[in-house]
Amino acid sequence: MSPESSARPAAHTDKAFEADLREVREKILTMGGKVEDQIAKSMRSLTERDSELAEQVKEGDLEINRLEVDIDDLCRRTLALRQPAASDLRLITTALKIVTDLERIGDEAVNIAERAIELNQSPPLAPYVDLPRLADLAQNQVKKSLDAFVRADPETAEEVLGSDDQLDDLFVKIFNELLNFMMEDSRTIRRATSLVSICKYLERIGDHAMNVAEMVIYMVRGTDVRHPKSRTIPA
Amino acid sequence: MSAVASPAPAGTVESAPAPAPNKVEVENLNVWFGKNNAVKNATLAVKPNTVLAVIGPSGCGKSTFLRALNRMHDLVPTARVTGKVLVDGQDLYTREVDPVLLRRRVGMVFQRPNPFPTMSVEENVAAGLVLNGIRGDHHELVERSLRKAALWDEVKDRLNHAATSLSGGQQQRLSIARALAIEPEVLLMDEPASALDPIATAKIEELIHELKEHYTIIIVTHSMQQAARVSDQTAFFYMGELVEMGPTEQIFTNPKERRTEDYVTGKFG
Repeated sequence: MSPESSARPAAHTDKAFEADLREVREKILTMGGKVEDQIAKSMRSLTERDSELAEQVKEGDLEINRLEVDIDDLCRRTLALRQPAASDLRLITTALKIVTDLERIGDEAVNIAERAIELNQSPPLAPYVDLPRLADLAQNQVKKSLDAFVRADPETAEEVLGSDDQLDDLFVKIFNELLNFMMEDSRTIRRATSLVSICKYLERIGDHAMNVAEMVIYMVRGTDVRHPKSRTIPA
Repeated sequence: MSAVASPAPAGTVESAPAPAPNKVEVENLNVWFGKNNAVKNATLAVKPNTVLAVIGPSGCGKSTFLRALNRMHDLVPTARVTGKVLVDGQDLYTREVDPVLLRRRVGMVFQRPNPFPTMSVEENVAAGLVLNGIRGDHHELVERSLRKAALWDEVKDRLNHAATSLSGGQQQRLSIARALAIEPEVLLMDEPASALDPIATAKIEELIHELKEHYTIIIVTHSMQQAARVSDQTAFFYMGELVEMGPTEQIFTNPKERRTEDYVTGKFG
């Protein structure tokens, strides 16, 4: 790449196309922000035993779903009408995949809220200590993967891929603790299983954030880092 | 990677097939019109039975490059060509090469269909044969060429009609049949579909896929989608310079050069 060509921040000759691409990016950001907010609210509805807040989370999901449909629509239109190439093509295909992960993260937040509503009807099993930490880790993964998308920053995306083990380890730790509760006192089973489910939802959120991060690496570098092991299998 | 490169089990060892030799090789090609260096030091190679698409904005030198491949600049008084163009290893720009014989090996199809207006369909296809002094029964060769150009079924009952009675798309395929009649090895196409409607364009593009089996094709096109559809390799020219050449899929999904990226994404004002 010659220095003179890399210095210039190139814009598309076709301004309407430029605007479409900007809209895709902005809508994904909006959707990502809402998704982060939903996770935070769903966890607060659990830790603060606020079932009203949990109901808000369930309602808030409608907007996320609408954004998914909007972004899909915008991407399809761009593919059909503009035939994007190179980095534009990678942006659009990335957007199409990222929205699915974001929408599912939103669904997981709703799942957390639903479990919270159930749990809030009984006395707390134990003070929530590790669970908010797990939620922080998951949320941080989502935030970082979205930051990586905004800044087109593959290094941040790689950090997301590197920190998934932390989440998995904490998940196992909490799971074992809850198992102990259940073995010691069968009256805790209902609540403990709900909490196990919440851990699972958070762990899935982390997985979706990884998917987003992998797509960001593809978007910026054009290399697909997913499923490295599958590459040794003959097609 | 290492798994792929590990040695084969004993007894199954075969010597690796030699890489296919290039059909066309261009080395340090420069084309000058007076003081204007229209093609600057282009070096590239094309494998046999593949399609190379040459893309770039107007005035980037892509047509000039194409024309240099069958010495069409010979007749331009101010034009000067340096460097090498090899077909099967033979340099076309040495004294011994007769440009007329060369053009039988390296055929050309132009932007606008250009049938000879006073000739019939059949005479048009046979024109190259007659001009090249190829004798014998032309009917068979005419039919074969028209079939190869995917035009036979449409014109077999009107071979004696004026070529100008055909539609634009048919005339272009007639021009291709005429180029094929002299049985070239390399086919150069300069914007072969730019004057055609989408259906006629699709026919030409489908034809390019079929012709690839027998010929090596180099096509200059303004349409990036067309380059993406028909070619195996794509070369991007800008201001006389070959900026980047690579597998077509790579050029359109992940080009290495910023200028290629800007061009294929539509960022050149």
